[in-house]
Amino acid sequence: MLLDANTLPFDRLGQALNEAKEDVIVKNCCGQRYLADGLSSGHVQIYGTPGNALGAYLDGGEVTVFGNVQEAVGDTMNAGRIVVHGIAGDALGYAMRGGSIFVRDSAGYRAGIHMKAYADKQPLIVIGGRAGSFLGEYQAGGVILVLGRGFEGGPVVNHFCGVGMHGGAIYLRTNCPPVVGDQLLLRQAEATDMRLIERPVADYCALFDVACESLAGVPFWVITPNTANPYKQLYTFC
Amino acid sequence: MPRLNDYPAYQVLRDPAKCTNCRACEVQCANGVHRFSEKTGAMVADEDKCVNCHRCVAFCPTRALRIERNEPAFRSNANWSSDQILNIYRQADTGGVLLSSMGNPGGGKVYFDHILLNASQVTNPSIDPLREPMETRTHLGKKPNRIERDENGDIRPNLTPGLTLSTPILFSAMSYGSISLNAHKALAEAAQALGTYYNTGEGGLHKDFYEYGEHTIVQVASGRFGVHKGYLNAGAAIEIKMGQGAKPGIGGHLPGSKIVGDVSRTRMIPEGSDAISPAPHHDIYSIEDLRQLIDSLKSATGGKKPILVKIAAVHNIAAIASGIARSGADIITIDGYRGGTGAAPTCIRDNVGIPIELALAAVDTRLREEGIRGEVSLIASGSIRSSADVVKAIALGADAVSIGTAALLALGCHLCRSCQTGNCNWGIATQRPELTKRLDPAAGAQRLIHLITAWTHEIKEMMGGMGINSIEALCGNRLMLRGLGLNETELSVLGIKHAGQ
Repeated sequence: MLLDANTLPFDRLGQALNEAKEDVIVKNCCGQRYLADGLSSGHVQIYGTPGNALGAYLDGGEVTVFGNVQEAVGDTMNAGRIVVHGIAGDALGYAMRGGSIFVRDSAGYRAGIHMKAYADKQPLIVIGGRAGSFLGEYQAGGVILVLGRGFEGGPVVNHFCGVGMHGGAIYLRTNCPPVVGDQLLLRQAEATDMRLIERPVADYCALFDVACESLAGVPFWVITPNTANPYKQLYTFC
Repeated sequence: MPRLNDYPAYQVLRDPAKCTNCRACEVQCANGVHRFSEKTGAMVADEDKCVNCHRCVAFCPTRALRIERNEPAFRSNANWSSDQILNIYRQADTGGVLLSSMGNPGGGKVYFDHILLNASQVTNPSIDPLREPMETRTHLGKKPNRIERDENGDIRPNLTPGLTLSTPILFSAMSYGSISLNAHKALAEAAQALGTYYNTGEGGLHKDFYEYGEHTIVQVASGRFGVHKGYLNAGAAIEIKMGQGAKPGIGGHLPGSKIVGDVSRTRMIPEGSDAISPAPHHDIYSIEDLRQLIDSLKSATGGKKPILVKIAAVHNIAAIASGIARSGADIITIDGYRGGTGAAPTCIRDNVGIPIELALAAVDTRLREEGIRGEVSLIASGSIRSSADVVKAIALGADAVSIGTAALLALGCHLCRSCQTGNCNWGIATQRPELTKRLDPAAGAQRLIHLITAWTHEIKEMMGGMGINSIEALCGNRLMLRGLGLNETELSVLGIKHAGQ
């Protein structure tokens, strides 16, 4: 089914997508919000730039965007996959619990904040370029992978990477690893770590037609919570 | 240096003439206060461990027990109360942040107690609610400003989804985790039987409770625990938690030690993992951002669920509520500074926020002045202690109220304010199986039904006295209120006259 965003009232596209019973291709998307919210199956392909909250509460299925995406993509997403052939705005994958998000290029502030894992739900965000400040803030589970493609000469994250993190892992491919606080551990990835991200890296390369060999020569780093030194507040009851 | 805060807060007084050494007190006390001394052949008490929850008193078959406050005999000082002194000792001993449970116990002015209700005399006769129709059914949600008609002149239904309550009282948000599953079940069953709603809080919805969905408000907080599409569609409405009266500007933190078993499954986080909900939603920095979350929730639920936004009563509450009323929210819950909590830093609980009476009146006035009162309904909470408080809150501008502490009291809570220990002897604020089983959900639900039924009768009596036969005619009807012992500024904020005027 083909939907031309230009032929629908601005706020009707989301509803038209929700009501569709088959795979949908959307043409000429230009800032329409709340697309594929709560989608649980099927494939939505979007050409253009969808607006905020694309794929919020996504519960399955796949969303592919041929263009850039704006803020709050994959908010509280539970399952499914979002693939972005472009860049992503702020708060990418807020509190996502499952499924995966692949962004070909860079992401804005607060990507993967509050990301959490539960049982067989292991969320994944792969960002091909660099990420803004507060990457993985309050992260409680899952994997965030920043490949830093095209940013090999400098940092691939901005300030406060992993602040408040208490679970999961952040992987960075970079020559300039960030400075992290005492509550986090930063170390260069070993062979066992690399095996864990082999599949996401291969998926990224396949999705965006990137030669895997082009990623060689730059080290990967792993950030995890420092369980020996957690965030804690000393309380006294009164 | 000895620990200076080592004063037992309570004395356990046992009448040896009545005590039969049956050891019921020992069995009932999860804090380990009571034990039988083989040496003396009598029961003894470790008073240091007593939290004054009255479980042993209630279960002593011979009425041999009494608990008294152990007031330290510091030299009297009107400025330095013994509580202030002991808090200094506690903090000097431990270096810890003071932590408290339940609502602010301080002696600040309770405005409800300075407001009096009207009754009809001679003219505009009063109504006998036992013999005449009296409507307490309440509709929450947007109220259209005008009637729309189609080309045939028929009325076009333009009501957006809302909530219908048989009586204007809901149960406040309390998460599974902060309270026990049996406590939640009692609230859910009572809400269903009464035709009102309970609120999941931010701990997710237990799989067994989806059947109560029509009487459930599901909450979405910054940590999004247990939030998924099925959860959002399970309830009758969705509440976005922005703040809580007991701790405005402070988030939630259920420690990993309480994330066990079903609590872990319901929150959808691993056992032992801290459940942290920071005060801000990091995707909401403006009213426009709030609108975005509201719209995305409506989009994910097909626009069928009304959206509530819960905020703490703080200084600029009127302007904040005005913004929320324009954000697409259907209902605003305002939680006053006396609202309860499972745990909050004492400095926050006792010092941050404003009383619900003033906040409510300010918001109602502002929304009316701006002509947008119909855009939202208002729920007032924190703290509603009686049917009279309900009537006063509604006359000050609330469409309905919600009760948390009062509901827990009905379930057996004795306000010992020790929820943070997780050792609640009444089976409410605990996850220990041997304690939670003490609360029978069916019996608890019956007590809640009793309370709300009794309050509803009282509300009808008070309405009847005022000559009002529909609760919606009482909403914002401040002519029914007079202040007593309030200054002109207080009267002006409340929008009421002084008694005698």
